[in-house]
Amino acid sequence: MSELARETLVLNMGPHHPSTHGVLRLILELEGEVILRADPVIGYLHTGFEKEMETRTYHQNIVFPPRIEYLATMIEEHAYVLAVEKLLGVRAPERAETIRIILAELSRIASHLVWLGTSAIDVNVTSMLMYCFNDRERVMDILEMVSGQRMMHGYMRVGGLQWDVPAGFTEQVRAFAEALPARLDEYERLLSDNLIWRERTEGIAVLSYEDALRYGCTGPIGRGSGVRYDVRKAFPYGGYETYDFDIPLGSRGDSYDRYTVRMEEMRQSRRLILQALDRLRDGPVIVDDRKVALPPRGELVRSMEAVIHQFKLVSEGFHPPAGEVYSAVESPRGEKGYYLVSDGGNRPVRARVRSPSFNNLQALPVMIYRNMVSDVVVAIASIDIVLGDVDR
Amino acid sequence: MTGAAAEALARTLAGLAVAEERFRDEVTLVVPAERILEALGQAREAGFAVLTDLTAIDRLPVEPRFEVVYLLTNYTTPARVRIKVRVDADDPVLPSAIPVYPGANWLEREVFDMFGIRFDGHPDLRRILMPDDWEGHPLRKDFPLVEEPVHFVGHVPKVPSAIIPKTPRTPPTPPR
Repeated sequence: MSELARETLVLNMGPHHPSTHGVLRLILELEGEVILRADPVIGYLHTGFEKEMETRTYHQNIVFPPRIEYLATMIEEHAYVLAVEKLLGVRAPERAETIRIILAELSRIASHLVWLGTSAIDVNVTSMLMYCFNDRERVMDILEMVSGQRMMHGYMRVGGLQWDVPAGFTEQVRAFAEALPARLDEYERLLSDNLIWRERTEGIAVLSYEDALRYGCTGPIGRGSGVRYDVRKAFPYGGYETYDFDIPLGSRGDSYDRYTVRMEEMRQSRRLILQALDRLRDGPVIVDDRKVALPPRGELVRSMEAVIHQFKLVSEGFHPPAGEVYSAVESPRGEKGYYLVSDGGNRPVRARVRSPSFNNLQALPVMIYRNMVSDVVVAIASIDIVLGDVDR
Repeated sequence: MTGAAAEALARTLAGLAVAEERFRDEVTLVVPAERILEALGQAREAGFAVLTDLTAIDRLPVEPRFEVVYLLTNYTTPARVRIKVRVDADDPVLPSAIPVYPGANWLEREVFDMFGIRFDGHPDLRRILMPDDWEGHPLRKDFPLVEEPVHFVGHVPKVPSAIIPKTPRTPPTPPR
């Protein structure tokens, strides 16, 4: 009897299934239904973005960030342009910074809503997906209105924004922000008192405080385990130091804590959006530096200088000084950083994407040790990985 | 961004570091390869509890060719510091940082996969992003960026008429 019970089974999950948060493969070693060992196999979405970025100019590279991580697109663009701005030593005008924060926080809400809908569907609360996607579509409408694209915006520019926001932007954002709390309350009523949701998430996929530090887990995973670290507070960027918001923390580090942290983060994002809307003043949306930003269209017919600047910027791009910078933002998944190395040329020598999903996924085997097979899907959902971000 | 903690660490590691680079308020300490574990251990003691990132840079014509970069973060008194090691192209080997920072596991596998730098003492050093049978290390500067022909095995392209069923088209109704 005892010999038979000790036998383990190796089970292959994926590539693809774990409720299709992306193409992931897991090799599990089971004792009955209990997981003893897990080995995530990644790389199915590897597209060599880092290599590609070495061959293009800094400006051309703006298209890559939203393709690397496609759920919080504006935050990704924000991360990249901030890194290049740091390399150049320029700072975007105030209006551009305020609009960036509004768009980034809208992106965060959209990303968390996708997470909420998909992880609810993983424990069979199917109606949540439709509610959440409906709300997310309101965000997508705003982002489309601003940039012309639902997802791959390419709206942020080094030194500012592509163009100013259209008329009706503030009203639409305000209407969304006003409507949000009631919706979130409704979702919380649906889930927090739902017996299935509580049973499937409480005490599942626990990550201790020490392990969160050990594996470099950031974002809601780290904060769910009680790690008080938010890039917006620790290393403020793009004007976040002037805003008033709180960082929710969990205590037990289980899936349920990550859920409560994310729900509270959406409320905090709404707070940030309302503050930013209040201080939105007229002004330029891109720096007035002809070595970095394109001259306004109207100037091209009047000034030869402008034509030369336009030509140089479009054909060759700008040349940041030789050096290296690391600049990070708080993405919905954690610390998203860009490490750019310049040798004084118009392309980066090395563009490294520090992706939060990669580090967070590394902690998965620790989280699901001695959990049940059926909880693997919940664990993956609670990490909220974007496989494009893991594999780059 | 540097923070007082990073300055304090720079002073602590002054004996170990062979060079100190500063650019845009960021501190980079260059440490000899054989003393990297010592430096990481001291950084950890000094409160830099998290290895945020581990990556490499290929400076091809320059010798030594590779730079391995450890980005450490102090959460309690916010500070970041980069520790850098230069590695030769002939035999790129470094001691693994897993004893100090367990999170280095996948990051070292990625550096091995992309640059071919090996880490001594790593329990499971195999490719992580590229397929297991891949040849070469893609992020090296001498690895060309080319398109690969895609091999479709056992796939015979169909003409559209073989997919779309042939149903008779109804003639348009003439306007009355």
